[in-house]
Amino acid sequence: MDTPVIELSGVKKSFGPVDVLKGVDLKAYAGKVTALVGDNGAGKSTLIKGLSGVQPYDEGIVKFNGEAVNIHDPRQAGAIGIEVVYQDLALCENLDIVQNMFLGREEISQLTLNESEMELQATKALQSLSVRTVKSVRQKVSSLSGGQRQTVAIARSVLRNAKLVILDEPTAALGVAQTEQVLNLVRRLADSGVAVIIISHNLVDVFKVCDDIAVLYLGRMVAQIETSKTTQSDVVGYITGTKTYDGAN
Amino acid sequence: MSNLTPTAIGSGHEGNLRDQVKAYFSRVKNGEMGALPAIGALVVLAGLFGSLSPFFFTKLNIANLFVQAAELTTLAAALVFVILLAEIDLSAGVAAGVAMDIFYLCLKSGLNWIVGVFVALIFGALVGLVLGWFVAKIGVPSFVVTLAFFLGFQGIALILLGDGGLFRVEVPEIKAIMNENLPAAAGWGLLALMLVISLSIGLWDRARRSKLGLAVRPLSILLTKTALIGLIGGFIVFFLNQNRSAAFKPIAGVPIVIPIVVGLLFVGTFVLDRTQFGRHLYAVGGNPEAARRAGIKVGLIRISAFVICSMLAVVSGLFHVSRIGVVEAAAGRSIVLSGVAAAVVGGVSLFGGRGRLVHAAIGAMVISMIDNGLGLLGLSAGISFLVTGSVLALAATIDALSRKRSGGSLARS
Ligand SMILES: Nc1ncnc2c1ncn2[C@@H]1O[C@H](COP(=O)(O)OP(=O)(O)OP(=O)(O)O)[C@@H](O)[C@H]1O
Ligand SMILES: [Mg+2]
Repeated sequence: MDTPVIELSGVKKSFGPVDVLKGVDLKAYAGKVTALVGDNGAGKSTLIKGLSGVQPYDEGIVKFNGEAVNIHDPRQAGAIGIEVVYQDLALCENLDIVQNMFLGREEISQLTLNESEMELQATKALQSLSVRTVKSVRQKVSSLSGGQRQTVAIARSVLRNAKLVILDEPTAALGVAQTEQVLNLVRRLADSGVAVIIISHNLVDVFKVCDDIAVLYLGRMVAQIETSKTTQSDVVGYITGTKTYDGAN
Repeated sequence: MSNLTPTAIGSGHEGNLRDQVKAYFSRVKNGEMGALPAIGALVVLAGLFGSLSPFFFTKLNIANLFVQAAELTTLAAALVFVILLAEIDLSAGVAAGVAMDIFYLCLKSGLNWIVGVFVALIFGALVGLVLGWFVAKIGVPSFVVTLAFFLGFQGIALILLGDGGLFRVEVPEIKAIMNENLPAAAGWGLLALMLVISLSIGLWDRARRSKLGLAVRPLSILLTKTALIGLIGGFIVFFLNQNRSAAFKPIAGVPIVIPIVVGLLFVGTFVLDRTQFGRHLYAVGGNPEAARRAGIKVGLIRISAFVICSMLAVVSGLFHVSRIGVVEAAAGRSIVLSGVAAAVVGGVSLFGGRGRLVHAAIGAMVISMIDNGLGLLGLSAGISFLVTGSVLALAATIDALSRKRSGGSLARS
């Protein structure tokens, strides 16, 4: 297999006396969707925060495209091509879609905002993901549905040429139809050559779109398996600790 | 869903005049009312006071109204910068008062008035810097820290000028701002300049969009807008260019303060709408956490907003001194609340992230008109406070309701 876009080995993180990550390994490949599953408090968000630079790891090796990197702040994570779509999406409701997609990275010409250029690029990014649910890129985010907001947040990472996109429970608050749309979007994102890590508690969704499943249990990665080589009930077993993965592939 | 070519994603610029007008009304219906309620209030108030007092629509009174509103507009515009961040600056009025005391002391010590103005502005900037630092770096709520400064500056004013201190400021250039008028031709010339600038910006935007193949709104919208500004502006200039003096010596022309305020509003709006700083200011006001994650230096934006606010407040203080010709220890105590009221009445949201400088100007006109009209009717200051308070409560209610309607309440759970 080719080099993973991101490879974690022996990652550790503790908060005072509490060891939250106890030596975690994880690989995510270009063009693949990797699910990160685990029970509440397993350490999923903590693992992601280390990758996004919000909360650096205490120990362990992080390789990006085969090269060891030391991610210590969000800007730097963004610069090497890691984008995180947080559960709360972090959009400004008072701004429109274009303004949100370019927030913090505005196109400037002659010292002023180049609105037309930004509008063009934002539209192209949405089109590249075959987004059909958005009527106008100049709509305020406050007027968008949950699924549309998720779409905007994901498209933003496309705009930033992300190599690795991490989604924290992208469908948690969505209805059936919107979940379907967002999952399709995630698939198209991966098909465009991006490595995607998606945190989810919904195994049905996970089995629908993910190529790989990584299971975190009490701060340890107890399994990383191809979706096609496992079943939902096995994964439930790994998540709850009632079953141990024997590494059979 | 069945067609395979991706449906075109619009930008809101598509369609003819009819579609555009329709889209505008649907935005209004969805709670983006902007200054509409305030404009409605202006029309109602003007009709009311006009019919109740024969003096209301006299040239002299209208000119007075504009001059009064100019001072309040500047303070309200100052406050917009912090209100956009969902913060408040209760000390803006008295900070301006102290800045004017310092200006007076500069004059007294023999310094040139230009140096004095400069020192006053620097003082404003420093005040904003300290306030912003308390809010952004220490995390003291702006309501509390600016309340503390509100009290503290009253003390400083008393110390600087002495109890009941009242001193004349005799600088012809300062006095001219509020009390002298432009020659008729200059009034027309500045209006023409304003129209040319706003039309050029509109055309330039269209050209940029066309060049990239983006949809552009019908030219008729831009032309109608420009014509409307021209019409209203033309009417005001024409009106103010008439002799409004009852005495032998004629008084005519646009008061000098008006083009100054229009210029300030123009520059401020340009900064808010078209620069990265402005964009980031709105972003921090809308969702500070999102702004932070987008790499925006939230603290720096907050501090800058307080600096701009205090400096613009000093300018309004200068207008005040120009109008009344004196510095006094009690200056600026009550006007700050009118400033907040003006901004909110004009349509600036107290929840942050929504509002424009022109809203502050329209709101300031409403507040000034209430003051002026009730004064003409011989009603007491008590009634004026009561009415202004009610209008503010109404405006804040509209703000909260329209925010709910546009889905804004989803964000803060
Ligand atoms: N800043 C912190 N200080 C102390 N403990 C923390 C901190 N952040 C997380 N923890 C602890 O680390 C453990 C893992 O938390 P984490 O948020 O990573 O879990 P999670 O897998 O994302 O859970 P969920 O599915 O509920 O989101 C929890 O027990 C949590 O209490
Ligand atoms: Mg979590």
